[in-house]
Amino acid sequence: MSANLTPRAKFASALLRTAAALSRATGRGDGSVIGGRVGLIVEPRLLELLADGRHVVLISGTNGKTTTTRFTTAALEAIGKVATNSFGANMPTGHTTALAKAPKAEYAALECDEHYLGQLLDAASPKVVALLNLSRDQLDRAMEVTALAAKWRQTLQASAGNSTIVANADDPLIVWAASVCQRVVWVAAGQSWTADSAICPNCGSHLDRFGEFWRCTNCGLNRPSPQWSVAHTGEAVVGPDGRRYDLNLQLPGRVNRANAATALAVASLFGVDPAQAAPRLSEVTSVAGRYARVERDGRNLRLLLAKNPAGWLESFDMIEQGPPVVLSLNAREVDGFDTSWIYDVDFTSLVGRKVVVTGDRRTDLAVRLEVDGVDFIVVDDIKAAIAASPPGPVEVVANYTAFQDIRAEFNRVN
Amino acid sequence: MALSTLRIVWLYPDLLSTYGDRGNLLVLAHRARVRGIDVEPMQVRSDQRIPHTADMYLIGGGEDGPQAVAAERLLDDGAVGRAAEAGKPILAICAGYQLLGESFYANGRAYAGLNILDLRSDRGPSRAVGEIAGEAAPQLGIGPITGFENHGGRTHLGEAVQPLARVTAGIGNDGVTEGAWAGHVIGTYMHGPALSRNPRLADLLLAWAIGVDPSQLPPIDDTWPERLRHERFQALSAAQ
Repeated sequence: MSANLTPRAKFASALLRTAAALSRATGRGDGSVIGGRVGLIVEPRLLELLADGRHVVLISGTNGKTTTTRFTTAALEAIGKVATNSFGANMPTGHTTALAKAPKAEYAALECDEHYLGQLLDAASPKVVALLNLSRDQLDRAMEVTALAAKWRQTLQASAGNSTIVANADDPLIVWAASVCQRVVWVAAGQSWTADSAICPNCGSHLDRFGEFWRCTNCGLNRPSPQWSVAHTGEAVVGPDGRRYDLNLQLPGRVNRANAATALAVASLFGVDPAQAAPRLSEVTSVAGRYARVERDGRNLRLLLAKNPAGWLESFDMIEQGPPVVLSLNAREVDGFDTSWIYDVDFTSLVGRKVVVTGDRRTDLAVRLEVDGVDFIVVDDIKAAIAASPPGPVEVVANYTAFQDIRAEFNRVN
Repeated sequence: MALSTLRIVWLYPDLLSTYGDRGNLLVLAHRARVRGIDVEPMQVRSDQRIPHTADMYLIGGGEDGPQAVAAERLLDDGAVGRAAEAGKPILAICAGYQLLGESFYANGRAYAGLNILDLRSDRGPSRAVGEIAGEAAPQLGIGPITGFENHGGRTHLGEAVQPLARVTAGIGNDGVTEGAWAGHVIGTYMHGPALSRNPRLADLLLAWAIGVDPSQLPPIDDTWPERLRHERFQALSAAQ
């Protein structure tokens, strides 16, 4: 750790922390990105040097990586200090900042953007790599999803020789990518979105599905037997030996129970007893504003972030029956400029509910909801959406920048 | 409206469904049902036979690998070619549009298409990504078009097809024209999905399927689609 750093790396770390602090003080952001950028200019190997000697887990996938990283951090804190990029800054600049800010942390839980997995494998030599899921996301600027899985497969084969992989057995793209690795722990983390894996990523034939099981009719790629799973009844994770670990999560939805299963599987590879780790996951109440509850004028809003079709489907699984639903859609650069994907989301579960639509691209949502027979009203912004909702609980679902706009309205709630 | 039920086949959602392509099926079904026309949407996977008895066929977009597989299976099946000959309306998007031509380019080589539309596609110098708009062929009576394109191909039209539109923003076929049509077959690079942003194109296809003039379809409330069109055209004019 920091004792082993070269003078140049120490100087780079100090500069990084100064730049990050300045960025926060001037209200420009949380400073993770600018700090990392400054540090990496002075010492390009800074990330590698800062990671050296620590026990690192990388967590990547299209959805759930921020929450799973938070769960994993909470679990690992049972045995020591953990460096983590909790601001969701999930590229190398953010990782560098997270490590520089926690020089004494023996462990690191790093959320990793899907496109930087290879770079992080090389720089951080992780003990564990958790791979959650892959589905379509921002197609106008990102790689198509099968190509991304192929890139992962190549990268894992080349650079993950010393890592144990914790991977989702229910996602064929993940299984195909991870199956080149020697040591894989499989988690039945579920798949709410199957449209990107109707055909075999390995050979292009059809995948047959029988309940949870899936198998390629041609090359034989199939669902590996999972060691970890979410219990079918009650809120619990079932471990490799069949033991149940009860969950009492504050975060909603099946997908967060699956994220918890992944976090417990990761933590146990670091020597944390799952029975000791599971209660710690209850302490996570919100993640960078996601799932946060905020009050305004007698309305109690719960904020849900959903960036892509799989995320929207998962959020519809989380929302309570009854309260009004606010949907907010933007299409700025980080969201992807193309809004076509909203037609991959089935909105019919909202039929009969009070739905309020906002965001830069609210008109796109209005056209979409009309096609699904959902009644809605359209308003200019979140303030108007609150005014249009009756007092009481309100569920808010927004994509990335729309979510940040709403967070800003609530003092950047965490 | 002699038909009791309009049967719309969406081809190969397992291979060609990358940018909300299901939306075109949903929009058609919605616009038909609002007018009291029953719709039977039929999703046909690439390992299933394509029904000959449908009233309309939709083909979506996809990545290179699935596009090549889809073309091979469509050629083997033959139903789409016969549907085109029988005057059934066909709407094909992006990769689906390319594979209706004589040849297309995928995985670094040329593949044979279905040869339903007189056109061929190859690789362009750059990927065309962004909003696309154009003036549609006046004979179609669908007004200006708007969509979102995302493709690496360029398409060259032969003499037996007409361009769907003259491009006013974006790339389309080659920066000048966008899409193609012949008889009741329409191909386009427009996602969005195309029919959510171009309701008169949706109605044209419905009218062809039913065998009436589009003016005979009862009007429906298009407040939201028209607002969306206005916004998209306005955003383009602000950017230019």
